[in-house]
Amino acid sequence: MKVALVGNPNTGKTSLFNRLTGLNQKVGNYQGVTVDSKAGQIRLENGDKLTLIDLPGTYSLHATSLDEEIVTEALTNPSFKDHPDAVVVVADAANLKRNLLLFTQVLDLGFPVVLVLNMMDEASKKGLDIDIKGLEDHFNVPIVPFNARKGKGVKELKKSLEAVTKRSKSASIFDPSEEFGSFADDASRLLGVDSAYASWLLAVSLHNRTIPESTRSKLKLLLKEHDLIPRRAQVKETISRYRYIDEVLNRFVSKTGEITKGNTDLLDKIFTHKILGFLIFFAILALTFQAVFSWASWPMDMIELFFANLSTWVIDILPQGPLAELIADGLIPGLAGVLVFIPQITILFAFIALLEETGYMSRVVFLMDSSMRKFGMNGRSVVPLLSGMACAIPAVMATRSINNWKERLTTILVTPFMTCSARLPVYTILIALVVPSTKVLGFLNLQGLVLMGLYVFGFVMAVTSSLVFSRVLKSSHKGYLIMEMPTYKLPQGRNVGLTIVEKVKSFVMSAGKIILSISMILWVLANYGPEERRENAITEIQQAATAENWSPEEVESKLAAADLENSYIGIFGKAIEPAIRPLGYDWKIGIALISSFAAREVFVGTMATIYAISDPDNESRIKDQMKADINPLTGDRTFSFAVAMSLLIFYALAMQCMSTIAVVYRETKSWSWPILQFVFMTGLAYILSFIVYQVLK
Amino acid sequence: MPAEKTKSLSEVRKGEQAIIEAFDEENMPVKMLEMGLLPGNIVTVKQIAILNGPLHIEVGGYDLALRKDEASHVIVRIIEPNTISS
Repeated sequence: MKVALVGNPNTGKTSLFNRLTGLNQKVGNYQGVTVDSKAGQIRLENGDKLTLIDLPGTYSLHATSLDEEIVTEALTNPSFKDHPDAVVVVADAANLKRNLLLFTQVLDLGFPVVLVLNMMDEASKKGLDIDIKGLEDHFNVPIVPFNARKGKGVKELKKSLEAVTKRSKSASIFDPSEEFGSFADDASRLLGVDSAYASWLLAVSLHNRTIPESTRSKLKLLLKEHDLIPRRAQVKETISRYRYIDEVLNRFVSKTGEITKGNTDLLDKIFTHKILGFLIFFAILALTFQAVFSWASWPMDMIELFFANLSTWVIDILPQGPLAELIADGLIPGLAGVLVFIPQITILFAFIALLEETGYMSRVVFLMDSSMRKFGMNGRSVVPLLSGMACAIPAVMATRSINNWKERLTTILVTPFMTCSARLPVYTILIALVVPSTKVLGFLNLQGLVLMGLYVFGFVMAVTSSLVFSRVLKSSHKGYLIMEMPTYKLPQGRNVGLTIVEKVKSFVMSAGKIILSISMILWVLANYGPEERRENAITEIQQAATAENWSPEEVESKLAAADLENSYIGIFGKAIEPAIRPLGYDWKIGIALISSFAAREVFVGTMATIYAISDPDNESRIKDQMKADINPLTGDRTFSFAVAMSLLIFYALAMQCMSTIAVVYRETKSWSWPILQFVFMTGLAYILSFIVYQVLK
Repeated sequence: MPAEKTKSLSEVRKGEQAIIEAFDEENMPVKMLEMGLLPGNIVTVKQIAILNGPLHIEVGGYDLALRKDEASHVIVRIIEPNTISS
């Protein structure tokens, strides 16, 4: 049996779901849309097993966003994957009126329903006295008082689910054919839906994607015939339901006790204050940023060290040969490349989950909305953009809280422009190469200023591109913001923990697969090449070595360099050289660019291999080698000022991160967006780097 | 006698209270009704974000944030402070 969990946002629906299912959850997705489906198994006392489905939060079945459309579809379409046999409506007892709107809609669909009244403690704080028995009899529905935070009511809810489908159907509250006469009957016949209210819901929602085009045009005619405007019909229904709910609440809910005001009003005076509010927000940001950068670095080092040791161990234990090398230099570093992001993702999502749980996040949206809107984004875009300064992967995942699809997509598309931590090693080495470490204004280091300039550049490019995307993208939903500002609450460790587990799991499983395969492919391409070419190169070096009396170390490094030059990736680097020459790059930089597509920080390692330095950790030696290298074509230094600047611009703008592409694909559920993003970012990088090089050279 | 003033919710100043009279039904998202902005309800404007940002209001016992665009669809009558106390 399938039971759907339905309720307004901020009613503690997900807390209740976590209470009932624990770690027994499966996150999937609905086909064709960007909405996650969450299901969990629970066992009832009588031995029955049922699947609990956590549908997205909604205020009404008249959907206005993709998330809400899923709820309506799940409840009205019997062939839908998660169409339930019964529904549990979770309501906030302290805001019963608004919560009962959705409840009466679900009742009218004819489902067996259990009503859960969550947050009973808040209701009594507001001085509300709810006659539960009276409401139960009135609606002919079992009602379970619940406290999702403390887990009170779990037993009672499970008990009421045992017999839920056996209950008789209650009378309908809003009867479409009574209010709208023959239109409702005609529409019902046209759509071929049994339930009168289900067909009504479909009939007045014209953008519903489940209605076939032919039926849709007939429906439009029918609406015209009856002189009906869907929006007006929805308004009429909503007002009629609220009138009914008012009557019911007058009978069964009374205000008795004194209203004890919580701290919310006082906290809001501080947190949404015109000046103080922003200061606090930026302080929280600084803390988050600090945490992601510095707290994560220790576990990240540990993970890298562990995998480096693992590689050495594998080399030692396995017989020498391609298998050992593939595992030690391809598979294990690839795995490390995935897992090394876990500390950052964990810390970032811990902060985000805390901000969401406490109710603070809606205050951030409130504060930042107007400034973000000027760039075609949304107040909710702030968190992803700032997370992007750590790593675009968790940042793109954090856009899910943006409920307007166009604004969410814009945010996803521009987030990778923010300077992520993987760009930092590349910036550091290039700046050190060409920018002198002189003092500006007596105390500012020029190198530091250039680095800061690159961070600002990333942010400016993000908001500028956002302006461009928001003009170009089409949206069927008109953007608006009507958001509940929930009362401040203490966060629950259980919910924060489960959020982190879910995010990390989905990152490792889906983005991980792609990162892993790309790094394996890169390894193969860098280690294999046409045999004859390689042998010739080796012979040449050996001859030169004996002729010029090279030291064994020198021979070894020359061999490594020749290996790379004649590998498939080296040949590829030479092949693309004509394309990147206008930017000032030679084939060696070309190889670094290509291998950087696995992850930007690979640049330093690739440079090290290319300059055949046996110790890639010794940055000063790479730097010296890079500094001394002469480009035989121009006769100038390979890393001249112009080349380095052009490279900095390229790394700031180009989409060079497989993991981000993977995660954008996952979040948009389409290849067209990551491809568009790739072309836009890399194209922009090419053009600007070209200009920079041509002007500076 | 209290002065009767009808205006749109977007014009209500911080700290003022108003009663919802009517809506501009043509352009208003139904969601506003669903979230409890109903005729006869009393609205308190608690805060207005800078740069022409959203309004923070209390209506029907809980808090909402909505943009000025949305608020302009709601027609309200200001309740003078003296009418509440009397």
